[in-house]
This record gives sequence, C-alpha cells and structure tokens, in this order.
Amino acid sequence: MAAILKPSDTAPMRRAPASGWLGAALGLGAFALLAVAGWFSPRWLTFLVTMSAANGLVSLGIVCLMRGGVVPFGQGMLFAAGGYTAALAYNKLGFTDALGLALAGGVAAVLIAAPFAPLLSRYRGIFFAMLTLALSMVTYGLLMKLDALGGSDGFNMGRPTLLGQKLPDARVGYILYLVTIGIATAMALLARVYFDSTRGLVTLAVRENELRVEYLGGSVRQAMTINFILAAFCGGLGGALAVMSLGHVEPNFSYWTTSGEFVFVAILAGWQSVAAVFLASTVLEVVRSFSSAYFPNTWQLALGLFLLFVIRFLPRGLGSLWMKGAGR
Amino acid sequence: MHTAATILIDGLTYASWLFIVALGLTLVFGVLKILNIAHGSFYAVGAYAAASFVGWGASLKWAPALSLVAMLLAAVAVAVVLAPLTERGLLRFFYGRDEVLLVLVTYAMFLIMEDLTKLIWGANPYYVSEPYGLFGNLDLGVQSWVGYDFALVALAVVVGVAVWWGLNRTRQGKIMLAVIHSAEVASSMGVNVSRVYMLAFTVGIFLAALGGAFTAPMISVQPGVSVGVIIVSFAVVIIGGLGSIEGAAIGALIVGLARSFAVHVVPVAELFSIYIVMAVVLMFRPEGLFQRTQARRI
Amino acid sequence: MTQAIRVKRYPHRAAALSAVGIAGILCASGAQAQETFKIGIVSFLSGQAAESFGIPAVNGAKVLVDAFNKGAAPAPYNKVGFGGMKIEAVYVDENGGATKQVQELRNLYDREKVDAVVGYVGSGDCLAVAPAAEEMKKFLVLYDCGTPRIFEDNKFSYVFRTASHGAMDNVALARYLKARNVRADSFNMINQDYAWGQDSKKDFALSMEKLYPSAKVGEDQLPKFGAGQYGTEISALMAKPADVTHSSLWGGDLQAFILQAGPRGLFKRTQVVLSAADHVLPGLGEKMPDGTILGARGAYGLMSPKSALNDWWWDLYSKTYNTYPVQAPYRMAQSLLGLKLAAEKAIAANGGKKPSSEQLAAALKGLEWDSPAGRIRMALGDGHQAVQETAIGKTRYDAAKKMVVLEDIQRFPAECVNPPANMKAEEWIKAGFPGAKGCP
Repeated sequence: MAAILKPSDTAPMRRAPASGWLGAALGLGAFALLAVAGWFSPRWLTFLVTMSAANGLVSLGIVCLMRGGVVPFGQGMLFAAGGYTAALAYNKLGFTDALGLALAGGVAAVLIAAPFAPLLSRYRGIFFAMLTLALSMVTYGLLMKLDALGGSDGFNMGRPTLLGQKLPDARVGYILYLVTIGIATAMALLARVYFDSTRGLVTLAVRENELRVEYLGGSVRQAMTINFILAAFCGGLGGALAVMSLGHVEPNFSYWTTSGEFVFVAILAGWQSVAAVFLASTVLEVVRSFSSAYFPNTWQLALGLFLLFVIRFLPRGLGSLWMKGAGR
Repeated sequence: MHTAATILIDGLTYASWLFIVALGLTLVFGVLKILNIAHGSFYAVGAYAAASFVGWGASLKWAPALSLVAMLLAAVAVAVVLAPLTERGLLRFFYGRDEVLLVLVTYAMFLIMEDLTKLIWGANPYYVSEPYGLFGNLDLGVQSWVGYDFALVALAVVVGVAVWWGLNRTRQGKIMLAVIHSAEVASSMGVNVSRVYMLAFTVGIFLAALGGAFTAPMISVQPGVSVGVIIVSFAVVIIGGLGSIEGAAIGALIVGLARSFAVHVVPVAELFSIYIVMAVVLMFRPEGLFQRTQARRI
Repeated sequence: MTQAIRVKRYPHRAAALSAVGIAGILCASGAQAQETFKIGIVSFLSGQAAESFGIPAVNGAKVLVDAFNKGAAPAPYNKVGFGGMKIEAVYVDENGGATKQVQELRNLYDREKVDAVVGYVGSGDCLAVAPAAEEMKKFLVLYDCGTPRIFEDNKFSYVFRTASHGAMDNVALARYLKARNVRADSFNMINQDYAWGQDSKKDFALSMEKLYPSAKVGEDQLPKFGAGQYGTEISALMAKPADVTHSSLWGGDLQAFILQAGPRGLFKRTQVVLSAADHVLPGLGEKMPDGTILGARGAYGLMSPKSALNDWWWDLYSKTYNTYPVQAPYRMAQSLLGLKLAAEKAIAANGGKKPSSEQLAAALKGLEWDSPAGRIRMALGDGHQAVQETAIGKTRYDAAKKMVVLEDIQRFPAECVNPPANMKAEEWIKAGFPGAKGCP
C-alpha cells in the first residue's frame, strides 16, 4: 500500500536542534566565543561583524514574515525609522544610552508600522512586495525633502554611553560590538522561541495553505499582522544599532536597494535556522568588502555573480545545510 | 504662461516616452511572471547599441534619416542577442520559484549588466545627435517643441497598436494570452510553453531596448542611465496593472499628466508624487486599474 | 607513456626551482625595499558621477603619483615620492552609499593600513566619513565635496578639505553677472532636488538678492536627481520667460538638459548660467550653445591661470589621456600637491621618518601652496578648510579648433567669493558679503 504515507512525511517539521535549553546554551556559547574573538580581532573586522549583526536583525524580521509566505521589500523604511529615531533622540533629546536608544528605535519602528500592518496583512506575493516597496520609497522621498531631518545628506550622531558610563576612546568599537551582538543573540533566541511557539507554527501553516488554516479556526490576518509588527521591531532595532556604530544616518537607509539587500540575506539564509541569518549577513558583508577591495572597477559584477550563485545552488538557503525537515 | 495646452502636450510627450519604456516590463511580467529589475539595464544597452549603430552608419555616410533605421536595428540586435542568452542561460533555472526570488535574480542581473556595459563601452559618454534634429521644431506661442518628441508619440501609438494587435489578432498572440491565463492548462493543451516564454521575453527586451535606443538622442549615454528608468517604469506598470497593455498606456498617461501638472503648477511636489500615486493605487486597487479579477486557485 | 611522464617531471622541478629562486630574489630585494607611503584614493568609479567626476580625478591621481615617484614634477614638488618615500596608491569606489563608505574607510585604515585617505565627491559621503576618521584619529583629506557644513557645523583635528566649498561657485556667478552688467530683472532656476542642488540655488538666490535687489525669482524647478528627461521642466522654464536661468546641474543630467533645451531655443531666449559645468564641454563640443556663462568650481581647465606648474600639469594629463583636464583632476592634483608638501614638511620636522596622522595634520594646518589652479590657502575652519580663487567664463564653439573655448573670463580672488574665517557662508551672503576684497 504505497499510498499510506510514513508518519515522518506528514509530521510537522522536526524541531530545530537548537531549541529549548540546548539552544540557549548554544546561543550564549556563540556570544561568548564572539566576544573573546572580538577582543583580539583587528578593528575593521569587529566593525564588519557589528554591521552584519545589525543588518542581520532586519533580515531576521524578514525571515519571520517569509515563514508566513510573504516577502517584504520595504524593510528599509523600518531600518530608517529606527536609525533616525536613535539619532534624533541623541541629538535633540540628549538621550545617550546605547541600550535605551536601541529600544527606542525598535519601538518607533513598531509605531510607524502599526497603522500599515492590518492593511498589509491582506496582501500576498508580488503585491505585498510592491506595496512595501512603495511605502519605503515614499519614506525615502519624505526624508530627502525634510531639511529638519538633514535632507539628502542626513546627519551625524555622536558617541553613545552605556548604562551611564562614557565609552573610552580605545575600546568604543569593541563595546558597541558587544552591545550589538549581545542584542542580536538575545533576539535570535527570542526568535527561535517564537518560531517554535503556537503562533510561529501557525505561520508556517499559513505559508503552506491559508484556506486550510482559516477552516481549522486560525486567523491568518492576525498571524500576519503580528509577524509584521515583530519584523518592524527587529528592523528598528537593527537600524538604531547600525546608526550608533556608523555615527551617521541618511535617507539611503530607506532606498529600495537597501531593502533588497536585506531580502537577499534572508533568502541566502533560508527560513529554517536563525543562526543562518546572521551567518548569511556576515557572508554578504565579507563578499561586499572584498569585492570592493579587489575589484574596485567591477565590484557590482562580482556581487551580482555571487547573488546568482547563491540563489541557484542554495535554493533553500544556508540553513538547509544543517537543518533537516519536511519543509519546502 | 502655463497654459492647459502646454501641460497637456508635455504630459503626452512624457507619457509616450514612459509607455515605450514600460511596455516591455509589463509584457514580461504578464507572461513570465517575472518583475524584471534589470529592465533598466536592457534599456541602457539599447541606448549604447543605438549609439554604436548610428556611429557605424555615420562612418558609412548614411543619410541622417537612416539613423532611425539604425536605431531600430540596434534594438532588434540587442533583443536577438541578449534575450535567448538571458532566458535560456539564466532565468530558465528559476522558473516556478517564488516571484520575489526572481526579482532578486533580476537584481543580480542588473548589477552584472551595469559593470558589463561599463567594460564594453567604457565610461565615456556617447552622443547620438543625428536623429534629434530630423523633425524640425514646433512653435506655439512662447513654447517651442522639438519634432522628435512628437515622433515619439507616434512611435508609442504604433508600438502599442502593434503589440495589441500581435496579442489579440494573431495566432501566436492568442497562444500567448492562453499562457498568461494559465501556463499549466495551456501546456496540457499542447502549447510549447517554454517557446512562448522565450518569445515573450524577446519581445519584452526588444521593447526595453527600443525605449533606450530612441531616448539616446536626447541624453548623454553613460554609466548610470539605467537607474532613473527602473522605478518610474515600475510605477507605471503597477498603476496600470501588471501584464495589461491598456493598463500600461493609461498608467503612463496618468503618471505623465500628473507629473506635468506638478512641474508646471506645484514644482515642490514632484519628487515623491509618483511613489504616493503608486502606494495609493496599490492600497485601493492592488491589481492595478486594469487587471481583470482573477479566480483564486486553491 | 613513461617518456611523457619523464618529460613532465622536469618542468615541475624546474618550476619549483625557479619559484624558490624568484622568492629568494624577492626576499633579498624586499630587505632593501624602502617603506612606502600608502594613500587610499576614494572616488566614483561607477554610477552617475563616474564619467564626470570620479574617473577623471582618479586618472589625474594615477598620472600624478607616477610623476611624483619619478621625481618629475617641477620644484618645489620635485622630490621623489614624498620626501624620498615612494607613494603607493589604492583606489576605492565611492559608489554604494554613505554607509558603505564608512565601512570602506575603516577597511582602508585598519586592513590596508593606508597612511592617508584622499577622497570623496559626494557631500553625504564627506559628512559621514569625516567623523569616522576623526574618531579613529586618522588623517583624511577631502578633495571635492561642496557642502560648507563640514567645517561650519563641526570641528575636526584630523580632517582637511583642500578645495573651496560650494558657496564660492554661485557667489562668483552672481558677481560675474553684475560685473558684466547682464540684465537680470527676473531669473529662473532649475536644480537637482537634493542637498547640492538646494544649497546651490539658495546661495545663488541670496547672492542675487544682494547684487540685484529688484530681481524677481520666477520658476524654481527641482527635478529628481538622475531624472534625465527634462522636457516638461524646459516647457515650464520657457512658459515663464526670464532674463537669467540658473542651474547647478552636472554630469549626465546636465548633458541631457543641454541636449534637450538647446534645440528648443531655451539658450537663445534667456541667459543660462551654470555653476559647475566645465566638465561637459569636451564631450558636447558643437552641441554646447554659445554664450552660456559657466563656472568650474575654481580656476580650472580652460580657465586655469598660466604658470609653469599649470603648463606641466596640462601636458602631463593631456598626453596620457588625449583630452584636457577639467575640474575634477585639477582638484585631485591640488590635493595631492598639498599632501606632498605637508608630508615633506612633517618628515623634515620628525627627522626623516614616515609621519604619523598627528604630524601630517600639524603640517597641513594653515598651509599655503601653489597649484595649477592658483594659490591654495588653508584659511578657514581653523586652518582645515581651503580657499582659492575662481573664474567664470562664456562659451563659444571654435570651429577651427573643433572644441568649445571659454572667453570673457573674469577671475575672482579668494577673498571676494569666500566667507571670512569667522562667518558661516549663508550668513555672510545674507549680510551682503562683509569683508569681501578685490572684487571686480
């Protein structure tokens, strides 16, 4: 009776090996390892990893939405929201704590995304992508126009403090590195918990077949709305952290090419493993950095070829290399 | 004096340019379901090819009027060379995958083509000036328009009618419509779907290159010309409905007239008026103004 | 079979032996090789600014660094390299946004271990990288970007700009009109809608307010950067005829505008004044309408002052690239010449060693030097911001020479068109140019 399927074929995806206490331990272990490695690394490398972690957070939000079957092409808007909020809070309100600014960035992004979430939860496929793209470009246009926010040049932000302490000259980069990867690790663990929770699994079901979920009593719209808000929080958090390390914010954060890169990282990572997101983000930064150095005239060509290679040969993303499961 | 006539004429000339440029994009999406970000790059290659072809024509001492023929041939050459290469060599591997994944593939294509055109043609600007003066001027009060702009209007009409006729009145066209409606069913009825894809993609690239070729006399062809075209074509195509020719025409007219009005009467509004229109259309009629309602497949 | 293998074995051994030999030679020469001074040069190698600004500047840098390393420049620049130390240059593309540039800057200092960075055309990029370099305590020279905000809104110890900022361009343009008594009862403006365009039009409008108090502002068009299609804007400009039409458009956008507006007669109906247009002249040739008043953001290209240094530079560049140098390579040249003098001054002060960032900064602060475009003085921003003279001219296509020439050139000394050390540019213009000296 070949028609009877073995249980494992119909069972939901096996829980990721890195969930529960094991997951927390692995996460903390990774953090400790990175912290030690960062102490000995050259500054350009810690900066690269800091930016990868901040960008990775945005892509984590995208993965959250991708698990539900939609791909947002406008996370740049939330990245910019977080970044501008942190920079404005620093400059205009005199609020300088790094952790507080990061949180402020995340919350601001949520507040900006909230009115659009119910609207966006009705869209799918290319239209979801296009509407998010249009919204992020409107934001870009607004940021370019508003002189109060620096116009097209953007503006600078000074050095943040941490828990009331001023950061010493010699170790600023390392401390911001620790803050960023610390927050990234925390969010990664929370994401893993969320993905394995009821709503996270419902999201996976939505990706597979929405109608069935509705018939079984789940609310697709609610799941998508909440996913969008969470993605917004991650985006804003990433934006604030990025701006603190860069010291500069500009409208380009909201441009469609920035959003496109976040989507690429999410696709490179695949939607199964959380660690893969940060790994993918680091890979993209490294490729970009070295193409610039070795191919100053043709770095776009190098980057484009890399993108194609990844999309072609890693159809389910990096995560599929170590995660197994009956997922598509 | 900003007369209504001026606003209308400007709207019309800009809309024609938009239509020629955006038509290929909507056709490719309609048939292959690929939103081609590299559309701007094919436009740029068309412009460069036109520069080369017109340059060769000039060195062969052709009459200036024949430069128009040269531009047409350039667009054909681009389509015939690049379309099979791209479609067979690249896109074919990604059919059936998520639509957004294909967008990223085309984004990679855009990056690659930017550097390839720079490697082939160099960074120096090319000028294709012979055709621009062919049609004289049209003076109306304080205004003076170049006849070439109106020639573009004629070209837009010809191209639009030709594509419509090709889709609706020829056998190949009707097969293509069937594939647009459902590739699966068409295939099960014996249609060679991959050949239809190839044909649609070739026509789409031809139209993009045609847009670039006929724009070349008005600009300096240099690295970076592709970027300005991408977003504006997207807006037109989204407003009109992906895959709809009438939609592309109406979308182009709306964008053209809105922009003309903004520039003449409220110049400050120009920058993001197009994105706002795009967002509003997406919010209220996401399938565009001309998309037929589609049955949801379970 | 065995024969083939035997034949193949020897080439392997020979290759291995020669590799060891070459390595040995290299090691030996390595031991004798001197320290080099490594410069990171950042400018647009792709994107819309590549053809007009980035690539010509990088070409200028390449040919000049070569000449320095041979000791071929005229005195006082005739030492080999920087004070005997050969110069090594690495080139980085400025395209990709300010965020990427901050990362690239860090890579240049930390990974490539450059001793100085010379770069940046985009104002956004300059504003982003300057604080990064300052925080890293590394020497940075901005050579091209126009925004006055760098040293007006901030104070830096390690960052310098070796060219005047953008206010000079439009003040000079307005003064030229006044000096030549050009009628300007009304003027239209068309500028790109971003910081450069907005600042330029503001400077021009404010300057005109002071010099032509009764002039009225007509159309104020702000097309998107990179739009390329100006048909509608041109109609709007023609619908409201004005005596003067001002624009700070550049690169491909400017060329498209000229190609589209020329045949429509705009240039005949109004006096077009362009603040930074000299770089489009070699390409456009005949298509550039005669009688257009334009500037080059300094005394560059066809308006550069005659001097032995300028003649040498002009020949050096034109012989290598088959075209004369326009503004971008001149600005790169004046930057590298200033850097050379500063480095040599620092080397002399520290007893012959490679100078640190602090020593370089101390040497460049307040420095003055001769460049192909005239004398450069680091007079503003506490010795960190340069001022220089500028020139405005009028175009005419010379059929015999088959190129556009500039006539009716008027020079403006630095004190006439640059604000004094204690005033911001905008305030200075609004106050009616107090302290301006030597104006024609």
